Amino acid sequence: MNWLTSFVRPKIQTLLRKREVPENLWHKCPACEQMIFHRDLEKNLCVCPHCGHHLRIAAARRLDMLFDDGAYQKIELPKTAPDPLRFRDLKRYSERLKEAQARTGLQDAAIVAHGRMGGRQVVVAAFEFEFLGGSMGLAVGEALVAAGRLAVLQGAPLVVIPSSGGARMQEGILSLVQMPRTTIAVNQVKEAGLPYVVVLTDPTTGGVSASFAMLGDIALAEPGAVIGFAGQRVIQETIREKLPEGFQRAEYLYEHGMVDMVVPRGKLRETLIRIFSLLCDRGPAGEVVALPRHDLDIPAREAVPGAEAAAGPASPTPPLP
Amino acid sequence: MRHFLDFEKPIAELEGKIEELRHLGDDGRLSIAEEVGKLQEKVTRLIRQTYSRLTPWQRTQVARHPDRPHFSHYVARLVEGFTPLAGDRAFGEDRAVVGGIGRFRGHSAVILGHEKGADTEGRLRHNFGMARPEGYRKARRLMRLAERFRLPVISFVDTPGAYPGVDAEARGQAEAIARSIETCLEIRVPFVAAIIGEGGSGGAVAIAAADRVLMLEHAIYSVISPEGCASILWRSGDKAEEAAEALKLTAADLERLGAIDGVVKEPLGGAHREPEAAIDAVGEALEAALAGLRAVDGGVLRAQRRDKYLRMGSLGLSG
Repeated sequence: MNWLTSFVRPKIQTLLRKREVPENLWHKCPACEQMIFHRDLEKNLCVCPHCGHHLRIAAARRLDMLFDDGAYQKIELPKTAPDPLRFRDLKRYSERLKEAQARTGLQDAAIVAHGRMGGRQVVVAAFEFEFLGGSMGLAVGEALVAAGRLAVLQGAPLVVIPSSGGARMQEGILSLVQMPRTTIAVNQVKEAGLPYVVVLTDPTTGGVSASFAMLGDIALAEPGAVIGFAGQRVIQETIREKLPEGFQRAEYLYEHGMVDMVVPRGKLRETLIRIFSLLCDRGPAGEVVALPRHDLDIPAREAVPGAEAAAGPASPTPPLP
Repeated sequence: MRHFLDFEKPIAELEGKIEELRHLGDDGRLSIAEEVGKLQEKVTRLIRQTYSRLTPWQRTQVARHPDRPHFSHYVARLVEGFTPLAGDRAFGEDRAVVGGIGRFRGHSAVILGHEKGADTEGRLRHNFGMARPEGYRKARRLMRLAERFRLPVISFVDTPGAYPGVDAEARGQAEAIARSIETCLEIRVPFVAAIIGEGGSGGAVAIAAADRVLMLEHAIYSVISPEGCASILWRSGDKAEEAAEALKLTAADLERLGAIDGVVKEPLGGAHREPEAAIDAVGEALEAALAGLRAVDGGVLRAQRRDKYLRMGSLGLSG
């Protein structure tokens, strides 16, 4: 702790509290409520330098910090029906959509990009929480399907980074059916023998958590992220008890065996690179070599005398790794 | 005690009057019999009128009607030799999801579904049809069993949703649902689902991602309950009626949207008035759907099922 942080900053804080805080210069950490200078926040990958709280970040920012030199290509996603139910609550859904599009500059709540990570081709689908809570409707389903196809096409691992409250209510049943749809999308990647890694970020709940987000070959989670199926308010209303400490946080899921690792944002890129290297570059000992057929077919050899000779000269059995 | 819904009040009044007259009619006077006959006709007309223009919110109430036939009623009437199988082989037995093997129309099948329970005790035992992870893990186990013995899977969907509790979350509710959906899409056997009451969100789709999804005329199937939707989007639970309208959760709407494959007509006045007729109608529809699937190769079935869901990106109301 130096003179600057122990003396000057608290002073600045008290000064600033009296006036309107300029949003672009100082941010208040939602966890410890300390003020963070925007440059410090940026440098620290939007992790609070005081308490380590991981703030939510924009989808594009995610991609910047994951790909080599922040270089990647976003892919254009197929258009879907913009307001398939013609839904209206207090406001028209079509208006909510337009507002979200204007605010975020995105078409919908998920973007898909490909590029290199540690030199390896990787496809990433990232969610934008600022776009209607990252909710999943037709367009997000389309993004996952496109990401899965691209990964298979490129023979590349797929990384999905949800940040989503769940299904998009305004698309009704059509958002619900995105659960099976996205499940198929990621399973196509797995069936092609490619790694599918999910990075669960704050929040991953509802229909998103109960589909592709919980199906990763490997599941990573950001510290403190809320991950679960039911919303905390709903649970509270059902059980009428205080929720346990740290309930539905990444660390809680880790303790309950639901995720492989809780990875701080600063370590995410290197962790992904290491995982892909270990899963995909197996090294000489890990190469799969087919055994000669007769070695597997023991009963047949016993039952039919001379079958061994008929199978031709036995090739030497490779040493097992 | 018969249970009448709010909008059924005029029907209840008329039926009450008929009851009264019948009691009076012990002396066998013809005029009372005539009167009863007339009232009976009037009641039938009233029921037809009421049920031909149910609002989505009224339909929601019908879908949740306590006298509506539940999973166990369907099994008792449609399945021979039903042998329930219990447990998820990991933690426990969840009675919100019941499943087992039995014979449907002469063919062995795996039958599973949500059970809401018929009386207070039953509702508590079955947790109102709200499953914990164990329920979905059991469903998954049974679907795998079906695949191993090449039995078709028939599921009955009737749940307000997955149970929102601390224990359920601690044991991986989201993962359990995700894996159940995954298994629905993987099995290489015919799979038909019938939404018989409430199809509540992820807890419903967990056992409903099938080759054919049938739905009773007054059942509902939705991403969120109208009450839940209203409290989030309208910031008031009182707007459930509007939410039910907006969500397009009725069988007719869902068929129009392409999210389900067929609607099964209910007896006049809803399945709760004539449970046996409703169950038989579902039985016929299930058999018709299965008949078209039995001869299809398992791998082809799986591929077609996956295609069906992959194509669900281009849906929506046209125009």
